[in-house]
Amino acid sequence: MARIGVFVCHCGENIARTVDCAAVAGNLADHPSVVCSVDYKYMCSDPGQNLIKQSVKDHQLDGVVVAACSPHMHMKTFRRASLQAGLNPYLVEMANIREHCAWIHERTPETTVKATDLARAMVEKVKQNVPLDPILIPVTRTALVIGGGIAGIQAALDIAEAGRDVIIVEKEPSLGGHMSQLSETFPTLDCSQCILTPRMVDAYQHPRIKLYTYSEVEKLEGYIGNFEVTIRKKGRSVDIDSCTGCGACMEVCPSKKAPDEFDMGLRTRTAIYTPFPQAVPNKPVIDREHCLHYKAEVRALARGKPVRAICQKCAKVCASNSISFDGGDELVKEKVGAVVVATGFQLYEVGKDQPEPYLKGYGEYGYGEDPDIVDGLQFERLASASGPTGGKILCPSNGEPPKTIVFIQCTGSRDAAKGIEYCSGVCCMYTAKHAMLYQHSVQGGRSVVFYMDIRATGKGYDAFTRRAAEDSGAEYVRGRVSSIYRHDGKLVVKGVDTLGGEPMTVQADMVVLATAIRPQPGIKQLAQKLSISYDQHGFLNEAHPKLRPVETNTAGIFLAGCSQAPRDIPDSVAMASATAAKVLALFSRAELEREPQVAKVDQITCSGCFHCERACPYGAVEHLEVKDRRGNVIRVIAQINPGVCQGCGTCVANCPSRSIELDGFTDSQVFASIQALSL
Amino acid sequence: MKFGYYPGCSLHATAREYSESLLTLVDALDVELEEVEDWACCGASSAHSTNHLLGVALPARTLAIAEGQGMENIVAPCAACYGRLAGAAHEVNADPALKEKVAGILERPLDNTPEIINVLAFLQQLLPVIQDKITKPLEGVKVACYYGCLLVRPHKVTQFDDPEQPESMEQVCAAVGATPLAWNKRIECCGAGFSLSRTGSVIRLGREILDDARAAGAELVVVGCPMCHSNLDMRQGAMNKGQAGADDLPVLYITELVGLALGLDPKAMGLHRHYVSTKPLLDRLSTALVASEGKVS
Repeated sequence: MARIGVFVCHCGENIARTVDCAAVAGNLADHPSVVCSVDYKYMCSDPGQNLIKQSVKDHQLDGVVVAACSPHMHMKTFRRASLQAGLNPYLVEMANIREHCAWIHERTPETTVKATDLARAMVEKVKQNVPLDPILIPVTRTALVIGGGIAGIQAALDIAEAGRDVIIVEKEPSLGGHMSQLSETFPTLDCSQCILTPRMVDAYQHPRIKLYTYSEVEKLEGYIGNFEVTIRKKGRSVDIDSCTGCGACMEVCPSKKAPDEFDMGLRTRTAIYTPFPQAVPNKPVIDREHCLHYKAEVRALARGKPVRAICQKCAKVCASNSISFDGGDELVKEKVGAVVVATGFQLYEVGKDQPEPYLKGYGEYGYGEDPDIVDGLQFERLASASGPTGGKILCPSNGEPPKTIVFIQCTGSRDAAKGIEYCSGVCCMYTAKHAMLYQHSVQGGRSVVFYMDIRATGKGYDAFTRRAAEDSGAEYVRGRVSSIYRHDGKLVVKGVDTLGGEPMTVQADMVVLATAIRPQPGIKQLAQKLSISYDQHGFLNEAHPKLRPVETNTAGIFLAGCSQAPRDIPDSVAMASATAAKVLALFSRAELEREPQVAKVDQITCSGCFHCERACPYGAVEHLEVKDRRGNVIRVIAQINPGVCQGCGTCVANCPSRSIELDGFTDSQVFASIQALSL
Repeated sequence: MKFGYYPGCSLHATAREYSESLLTLVDALDVELEEVEDWACCGASSAHSTNHLLGVALPARTLAIAEGQGMENIVAPCAACYGRLAGAAHEVNADPALKEKVAGILERPLDNTPEIINVLAFLQQLLPVIQDKITKPLEGVKVACYYGCLLVRPHKVTQFDDPEQPESMEQVCAAVGATPLAWNKRIECCGAGFSLSRTGSVIRLGREILDDARAAGAELVVVGCPMCHSNLDMRQGAMNKGQAGADDLPVLYITELVGLALGLDPKAMGLHRHYVSTKPLLDRLSTALVASEGKVS
């Protein structure tokens, strides 16, 4: 005969305002097997917990029901208390009489009846509970960081500095990300590369950091503490170990017309190239799309003709024999215990043709059609000392300094009708920076900034935007621009000054669009590979927007920087350090304790249909080969990896032969609680 | 094929050539237009600028009658009529209380079933038929497609084309062989109903539109709205006066342009009714077209 204790919480007035808690305790006292039933003002307080502990001992309880708030709130509290009193924590259940009852009903007798019923249901359930023990899983104490921008670099350095190994996978040929393209950074106007490149070198030279550049994550298998990642090393054609980075190959390359991605297409580069002089590693890569040899190879293969060596001038001048045209992509596997996703952003390429049907373009702004209409990153390159103009702000069309320049904030952002309703967060600040850089660079120039409102909430940000608007000489106009077109050699910007209440037209030489931040292309495919979720815009979802901002719902995978939402540099760095703290906490123990409430397969009745495998959102179902004594495989059935299983129960509901049970939520427990409701 | 048809006042008066070209065109395409019986004024702009309820109820009357005639759709070639009919349909659909009230005023059932179609959507639907019947493709004819304000706006009502970067008219023009130009004033305001009250403003706005079309190299401007047409055609003399290089620029309804590609009689389509003479254009087209006709056959 079970000995159950029932503890009814008033939650101050939260529950007691509408539920007669003493009556609930009284009703439960008469319930079969209940040997003690009490109510108390705050069951989660120390005296409340002591009441439970004392009762477990005094009444020799073998089951506890706390009728209080949501188990999300205090299940851990009460399980810990029971454990301290010597009772297995999984013999504790909670009846949620706050969110499910007190908060949603008026004070009527029925409310108390409902609270009683909820508690009864849990009493019947707990009678069926069995003791469970936590699952222990070993941890591989190496972290994988996807993305080598400032967020990825920061996370990797923090983890490595704490003495744990890190693997960085960066899809571009160099570390650095978008921050390496920026000219100056707000709000202090310090040079972006000057503060970033030492970090890049630190990461490159750190004995605990292993770097895969020009590589992408192909596959991630396993679970927290025990992931196995497959990395695709894209064919670089240059052996970065033997290459000395002398640059002779780039001087002889005859294919010079590839658009330079680093300079946002504002100049061209050779087919064999390093993205920028401070690249890490400072070793070139062959862009196969533009290399004469590879182009000829593609043509030859398409025509079924033999492949001949074409050009290969770079290989001929290479003193260290580092260039080879034979190799292709290579797949390597690494074992890691945690993953930090820091894949960054791309800018919204406004214009007529859009990749997603919900995006509506801003084609009327003429971006991509007129060379003097540029986006924020292109302007960064124009203003950067390492850029195509050596830091002089010049119109791409004619190389003249723009006498009048127009900045348009919120191009694409904050307009649901155009497809993106969110604020991109950084544009108010970088436009203010651009306006200042312009006013410094072009003496006597006129700059006009069209804005919706100024959002500058970081430390020192408001002072910075005020300086731009009030002291720099830039004209800040609150209003939107309806169209931009070329007329008589000028860019005609038609807008409205909503504070002045008048339409206004600016004859400009250059227009800079502060286009929206969007997640990287391919983010959804990556999210699917990692089994993590993303929002309608493709930004990765955090586990809780306030309390778990850098965790995902998949244990062991963390988020930093713009992969989660638009972020500026300080926020990205802070997030990255936060992920490092999470990873290091995970790596602080050799073994990991997991909740034992996981699914289990009945090996006798399982037919191996694997409906469960298709239903499982976490990839927890494995194939188990059942063998006879001679070692022949006679059946293949499902087995659930307790390290991966999150205990959601989807497989249980999907199993046609009812061969899966969820520990802690077995059929007998669930049916017992339902039957208690019908008493 | 059969469509419901709401001509509105313009097509019976100032825009006779719009009506004539449309009817000539549908005849040639074996398309039947069934006119809404006893239709009333759409209310633009006097009704809706006087009283909101009147502005909805007046076009709703036409919708109710069309519904009674079992029409599935109504072609409204005039952009203002289109805007009023589609706007009323949108409003009563969004507000059941208003729908009930309007039905009460009209003393007719109003289920709001017919789809309101503008001239561009109408021609787009007919493109396969049109392309079958092209006899004189307008090859190399450079046209400036002018939408004005109402054909594709407001987007929540029309749910048709991009209001800032429309392309439906260009698609129709390109389908009949013409070369639509990229130019800057496609969706600017022509001054519309201010033609009489603020003629000076209308002339200034129209002049900017025509100048830009000429600068882009247009041989003619294509419109789908009687108000745009009357402003750009009737007032063009005043717009061009004293302007160096401001040669006459014919303004054609899209139905006239399509009709020309089908080899329909310019006179039957009312091309002689324009203020800016279409004769030089027709002469040039006929020589060019005769040449291209030779090529086709």
